[in-house]
Amino acid sequence: MSAPGTLPRWAELGLLPVINLVAALLISGVVIMLLGESPVAAFKLMAAGSVGTQEGIGYTLYYATNFIFTGLAVAVAYHAGLFNIGAEGQAYIGGLGTALVCLWLGAWPFWAVLPLAVLAGAGFGAVWAFIPAYLQAKRGSHIVITTIMFNFIAASLMTYLLVNVLIKPGQQSPESREFSVNAWMPSATDVLARVGVGFAATPLNLAFGFALGAAVLVWLLVWRTRWGYALRVAGENPAAAVFAGIAPPRVIIGAMLLSGALAGGLGLNELMGSQHRILMDFPSGAGFVGIAVALMGRNHPAGIIVAAVLFGALYQGGSQLSFDMPKINRDMVVVIQGLVILLCGAMENVFKAPLAKLWHGCLARDPKPTGGTPAPR
Amino acid sequence: MSLCAAAFFASPVYAAAPAFAPAIVYDFGGKFDRSFNQSASEGAEKFKKETGIAFREFEISNPAQREQALTQLARRGATIIVAVGFTQASAVEKVAKQFPAVKFTIIDATVDLPNVQSVNFREQESSFLCGMAAALVSKIGKIGFVGGMDIPLIRKFALGYVEGAKFVNPKIEILQNMTGTTPAAWGDPTKGAELAKSQFGRGADVIFHAAGATGIGVMQAAKDAGRLSIGCDSNQNYLHSGGVLTSAVKAVNVAVHKTFLDAKNGSWKPGVIALGLAEDGVGYALDEHNRKLITPEIEARLNQARADIVSGKIKVSEYKAQ
Amino acid sequence: MSDDARSATAPGRNSGGAAGAARAPALELRAIDKRFGAVQANRAISFSVAAGSIHGLIGENGAGKSTLMNIIYGFHRADSGEILVHGRKVDITSPQAAIAAGIGMVHQHFMLVENFTVLENVVLGVEGGALLAGGLTAARRELEKLARDYGLAVPLDSMISELSVGLQQRVEILKALYRGAEILILDEPTAVLAPQEADQLFKMLGRLREQGKAVILGTHKLREIMAITDRVTVMRQGAVVAEVMTKETSPRGLAEKMVGRAVLMQVDKCPATPGAALLSVTDLEVRDRLGVPRVKGVSFELRAGEIVGVAGVAGNGQSELLEALAGIRAPSRGEIRLGGRELVREQLDARARRALGLAHVPEDRLRLGVVASFSAEANAMLGYHDRPRYGRGLFLDGVASFAGCEAKMKEFDVRPAQPALRISAFSGGNQQKLVLAREIDADPTVLLVGQPTRGVDIGAIEFIHRRLIALRDAGKALLVVSVELDEILGLADRILVMNGGEIMGELARAEATEEKIGLMMAGVRGEGGA
Repeated sequence: MSAPGTLPRWAELGLLPVINLVAALLISGVVIMLLGESPVAAFKLMAAGSVGTQEGIGYTLYYATNFIFTGLAVAVAYHAGLFNIGAEGQAYIGGLGTALVCLWLGAWPFWAVLPLAVLAGAGFGAVWAFIPAYLQAKRGSHIVITTIMFNFIAASLMTYLLVNVLIKPGQQSPESREFSVNAWMPSATDVLARVGVGFAATPLNLAFGFALGAAVLVWLLVWRTRWGYALRVAGENPAAAVFAGIAPPRVIIGAMLLSGALAGGLGLNELMGSQHRILMDFPSGAGFVGIAVALMGRNHPAGIIVAAVLFGALYQGGSQLSFDMPKINRDMVVVIQGLVILLCGAMENVFKAPLAKLWHGCLARDPKPTGGTPAPR
Repeated sequence: MSLCAAAFFASPVYAAAPAFAPAIVYDFGGKFDRSFNQSASEGAEKFKKETGIAFREFEISNPAQREQALTQLARRGATIIVAVGFTQASAVEKVAKQFPAVKFTIIDATVDLPNVQSVNFREQESSFLCGMAAALVSKIGKIGFVGGMDIPLIRKFALGYVEGAKFVNPKIEILQNMTGTTPAAWGDPTKGAELAKSQFGRGADVIFHAAGATGIGVMQAAKDAGRLSIGCDSNQNYLHSGGVLTSAVKAVNVAVHKTFLDAKNGSWKPGVIALGLAEDGVGYALDEHNRKLITPEIEARLNQARADIVSGKIKVSEYKAQ
Repeated sequence: MSDDARSATAPGRNSGGAAGAARAPALELRAIDKRFGAVQANRAISFSVAAGSIHGLIGENGAGKSTLMNIIYGFHRADSGEILVHGRKVDITSPQAAIAAGIGMVHQHFMLVENFTVLENVVLGVEGGALLAGGLTAARRELEKLARDYGLAVPLDSMISELSVGLQQRVEILKALYRGAEILILDEPTAVLAPQEADQLFKMLGRLREQGKAVILGTHKLREIMAITDRVTVMRQGAVVAEVMTKETSPRGLAEKMVGRAVLMQVDKCPATPGAALLSVTDLEVRDRLGVPRVKGVSFELRAGEIVGVAGVAGNGQSELLEALAGIRAPSRGEIRLGGRELVREQLDARARRALGLAHVPEDRLRLGVVASFSAEANAMLGYHDRPRYGRGLFLDGVASFAGCEAKMKEFDVRPAQPALRISAFSGGNQQKLVLAREIDADPTVLLVGQPTRGVDIGAIEFIHRRLIALRDAGKALLVVSVELDEILGLADRILVMNGGEIMGELARAEATEEKIGLMMAGVRGEGGA
């Protein structure tokens, strides 16, 4: 059945990413060695720091929460044939919505604040994505360009708001006052304590659950609804979409609204869950990491969760590494992350052909003793 | 894993470690930003050289790491932790409460806790003198300012600069630009050079930068145009000898060095410390590189103003967020 | 490298002894075997091709022709077997090796750089040195000579993107000859050509034969085999089932060997009994993106129970007409009436038109008709995914879509009948059957069909034609656009001939002859012209 160069599904989805990851770590190991540290010790430190302790796990999943939101945002747009580079700005503005609810209505009970904060975050993020979507759908302005520009516009707008409007009076740092405790997302420690499980104090909070829920929702929407079908048709083959009576402009706008809303979820984790205030540049690149996460996760929610946790572990493990091995500073950690993105995302198929060759080589050898057909290779 | 967990829960506060263990946490710019963080790093290195006591350090790369880094340092037995930069204020507040036995020093912000020392600088005072110097050398009454991001701290610099310039020449025109709206604005010399060129093009004689590494570009553009620049944070006069009018110096290195020493000697005290011209915490730099630019007349006027500020005769406004 | 390649197989070396008795064939295949996983794509294939002859390789889609040609050209490696060129055993490990052995290939999809000139494309990869200018001058002389020798005139300095498909193909042939090809392989060369262009291609192949080249023509069209080849090898299911001299066989005989059973070359049908007009088109004008009118004031009616055929050379406005009717392209003027509605003014899209009973089997299946990366199941509801039968509320019902696809596959004999399989894994004929099944399944009153059997194998052609006639007999109105005159003559009850965006004339089937239609296709207005 399979042509040369193809692999069984399990190998393609399971084995190949692992090989890519190992390759990335091997190259990183060489760099670490050149810096005069032991790669084995470094990776042990990273692994222990990211998944070896409760605190490590907490931080890893906390970072992963951000990446799940932004990864899903990128993936939904991707399925509609759109490259949304603007998850960063959408997350930033989405967080503004969440923060405004928490600041204004923070005195309300949590169960009342939460749905409003979720809606405001998603709504603000969606609005921010709507403008580039509209320009693409109706004016043909390329969405890559407009979403990049909108990241900058978001940053300018937020700087203005944080410095002039939202800043806590008399304070140096451009950040708002702390949210009222009612508007805090329950931490994992508290949630688990309620069911009698002890867990270290980390920024991990209930937003992680929202992220997982969003992943399920995206899966349902994209693969199980008529709307998702139309979205995928328009993304794969716009001409066929017109043939089918699906209007690509409407799909573009719908997909970007959802994409922006998902990115807007980041504020739940970062602001409501961890910082408890809105501060300058809080997405700190998660929108861009989302692109790598979506790429690595093959734009599928399950893959995105796995990739997001991996990136969360790299973030957390990386900060442990630079903490305990001063020679490996934070720039070196960025290099390791970059290598993982490069090999698992951009060059994911480098090892595919050799692996396929090996695979088919094994298959071809099998029948030889019994079949007796001379294999030329 | 369960063992580690047990350790966490048993006593999160075991900071009663006997040895003196200093630590420092830099903010986004990193310790090689040729500016604020680097100055802090120099102070710490100086302490290490003098006493032979090593210190731990950490550079932040995302907001969540602020709290994480402070917590980890405290947990691993650091006795004095210097947090560089106002962005760390909320993290210091949170972590200092959890580790009451650990001493914290925050620079450029105020945290009101019994185990926190807050070191603030009156940047407006040095900026005032720099504004005066600029106005005094400006031939056509037009000077410039290039900031990093439009945040309160930079407005503080700008306000002092403007007041100083107007003190000399009430009709002086001051061109102001901010580099950007993301933290990238602190490390973009190219953009700094462009902004400076634009201000020179519009007639400015002298440009003062408060933009971290972006300022390197501002100063280069001034040299290329044959005009003058004013350095910031550390003494940058040497960068283009004879082309830098002066520098608004902020003694972060001195503060960090002193904090470590005090903590070691037991003379460290919590509370708010404000460092201005009177305390030599800020000032304008005068050395062989700009000796020819600051004429005796100018120097006399600056020194007079300095004395008046210290005595309270001249009041320099401090920018405050409303 | 090009010099070596050319000197090794220079024409002078082989054209010497024209009638030498011991002369080896230009190409000989011995027991070629190739297996992809579980599929035996080629099984013990042997045949030989003499220099100065055209050898046909015929078989249905999926019979193993393309695999075999790709093995000869080095894209695939045979699992076992031998290839001999001019009697010498060669080991063809790559296209480079094939070129070095004097083998050239023209693919169905051209391998040209669109924004390079013809000259640049031809020398691409064999520039002969770092300095392009010198190489180009030499290449220009060489190419002008080749063009003279073989009647392959091409504007050397035009961009590929400016050339017609026929000329692009000529560039591909020139490319192969420039690299010193003595053996030229063509894979379905007429699939993209209008009839006249195909005739010109055959003329060129005739010149190549006269010059002593060996040509292998892979096709599934019987007419081409009969028209141009000297010998023909028939393949079925990866094996050679017959090898005959062309003049000793007949189209019917070849077709039976290809399909493995008797086939009807012409589907029988009774005369039409047209009813009321279901679709009427008045003064329709369609402009392209650049504002150039492609359909110029076309008017006609489509009645229940008839098939109207639209004949014409490709590119004369038929595609635009079809797309305007289907709601894919907005007309700039005119009216389209269907079921009491006026579609142009109301700006009804394809979906709204489907709801009114207008279904469409598009000309360009892979561009419009299917989403190549989707499964057959997902493709089987394209355009109908919002119908109640495929789900409940917002959600799709996987069971319903699977069952729906399975039923269509069964009824239309789509093979393999696996709804979960990617549509691109099916042969062209099976894809077309599934598209047809999908559009017929919605029980339309009007069916638009573009190129019903393009890229479809003989067995499926007969099936598709029969289904279309059955629809007509069930009282539906059909508009069939085809560039295959045989197909129009076989299916239509009434024939419209298009040229330059206008209808040149209308002919009842009974009065239509190839000559009459041919004249109108060439732009001579008939008496019934609009």
